[in-house]
Amino acid sequence: MAYKIKESSCIGCAACANECPNGAISEQISAFTIDPAKCTECIGFFDEPQCVAICPIPKTCIINPDVPRFVAAV
Amino acid sequence: MELGSRKAFAKLRVMQPASSGSGREGCGSKGGSSKSGCGSAAGKGDLAPEIWEKVKNHPCYSEEAHHHYARMHVAVAPACNIQCNFCNRKYDCSNESRPGVVSERLTPYQAAKKVFAVASAIPQMTVLGIAGPGDPLANPEMTFKTFEMVTKTAPDIKLCLSTNGLMLPDYVDRIHALNIDHVTITINMIDPVVGAKIYPWVFYNHKRYKGIEGARILSERQLLGLDMLTARGILCKVNSVMIPGINDRHLVAVNQAVKSRGAFLHNIMPLISAPEHGTVFGLAGQRGPTAQELKALQDSCEGEMNMMRHCRQCRADAVGLLGEDRSAEFTAEKIMGMEVNYDLDRRQAYQEKVELQREAVAAARNAELETLAGEQSDISILIAVATKGGGRINEHFGHAREFQVYEVGTSGARFVGHRRVDNYCQGGYAEEDSLETVVRAINDCVAVFVARIGNCPREGLRNAGIEPVDRFALEYIEQSAIAYFREYLERVRTGEIQHRERGDAEIRQGALIA
Repeated sequence: MAYKIKESSCIGCAACANECPNGAISEQISAFTIDPAKCTECIGFFDEPQCVAICPIPKTCIINPDVPRFVAAV
Repeated sequence: MELGSRKAFAKLRVMQPASSGSGREGCGSKGGSSKSGCGSAAGKGDLAPEIWEKVKNHPCYSEEAHHHYARMHVAVAPACNIQCNFCNRKYDCSNESRPGVVSERLTPYQAAKKVFAVASAIPQMTVLGIAGPGDPLANPEMTFKTFEMVTKTAPDIKLCLSTNGLMLPDYVDRIHALNIDHVTITINMIDPVVGAKIYPWVFYNHKRYKGIEGARILSERQLLGLDMLTARGILCKVNSVMIPGINDRHLVAVNQAVKSRGAFLHNIMPLISAPEHGTVFGLAGQRGPTAQELKALQDSCEGEMNMMRHCRQCRADAVGLLGEDRSAEFTAEKIMGMEVNYDLDRRQAYQEKVELQREAVAAARNAELETLAGEQSDISILIAVATKGGGRINEHFGHAREFQVYEVGTSGARFVGHRRVDNYCQGGYAEEDSLETVVRAINDCVAVFVARIGNCPREGLRNAGIEPVDRFALEYIEQSAIAYFREYLERVRTGEIQHRERGDAEIRQGALIA
């Protein structure tokens, strides 16, 4: 149910953390990371995931394959 | 030491006081020079008195001030909200003062302490700018918090910021309230069709807008922001990157648009573009302009408004006066361990001495100019000058990392640009091909003024048709240029030499390190 940040390409600019409506993104030792428990893929907030939309490096904010996709509560 | 060596790809992160930051290396630190700059009115004569009063000690707005005053940038704003094809966010932006991930990111507290430390060590540091590494207004809390902390302790330091303009209309009132009276907007186009070739996307109102749609939003916001700044009496400079074949001719229209909206200075900078920068333009083989192409465009806009010609496209964390880079003395680690005592009186006393020095430079120039009063000639020449600042010819040829170029005619001498050469003389020995680099950079100049020069480069310059001149060593630049020009006219008149147009010169590629 979440996006994740590819550590090897994150430049650490913090743009995603500023935009995340869930406060799910924080700075860790080597890169910014997304807390999958908080990420809603921006569903219910915006038309597109904010981290993906503002990240300057393509394919850095990507779907996290290790957790199921987010499903909005009905 | 070009960018090829810039492999280190340290993450951009907040430096902890105790950590050892190797952040700045890997970026070719050898070529560093802390030239700042972002504006080039030749001086008082070109500007309205009230504007001159505001900018006269601002090294980024006046080359003349740049000889006497220093500025510093603090890198507190890492996030950006647009993508530019001339910028690779992984590295320092090679075209604007945007350090990339190899730089040290500071918290507002660290940044404020750095400002006080630098201001205490360098009393001629009069300006604090925030320009990145991303966009200051995409990081408004970091940016404004830093300004607030600085201005509380150091009210004499002028504040300025440099932005892409996308968020500017939202923050003009806050900028005004903080007494930030200098803002630079980078405007590369006013036509979204042109813009789409420069900006792949902008992030606005929680959405990524691509192509023409994105460029239109950016352009509208930039011009609205400029209007709002002007209405509040905030001085606004416009930066434009000249990209041959994409916006070079269009920049004349940009010039008119920003002038009509009250921008007081236009800084047209050459595209810096090489494949190793990893920018879209660099990888696509998009070239930058030659020195004469750049000068021709600047000249064609000159009648419209003041053109800035001394911008060195420096990094946003450089510290120091012309030709020196002192940023290594002020890393986050070092400043957090410093005892800093901000001494306003000492700074003011020092600056009074600097003012006397400036007056002496101007008086010498004016006296020399009078000797040209009776002369009538269409001839004008370019002269390259090796200088460390203070308005004097005080740099050894082999140590010069750049040459300042002055155009001299019967109306006087004026600064028209600078040419980077990095170090001709590295590690104590000079190399043949380095001299060729210098010749290519100043090939359009008749002479080069130096404090000293060795026999070997002296001969090489002569062979290239550039006269090496060391007899004005330590003298004032403009005064010497006028004296040389008077003799030049005399030599042409007597037939000793023939005046002919020189060729074009090359703008050195590769990011300026500091």
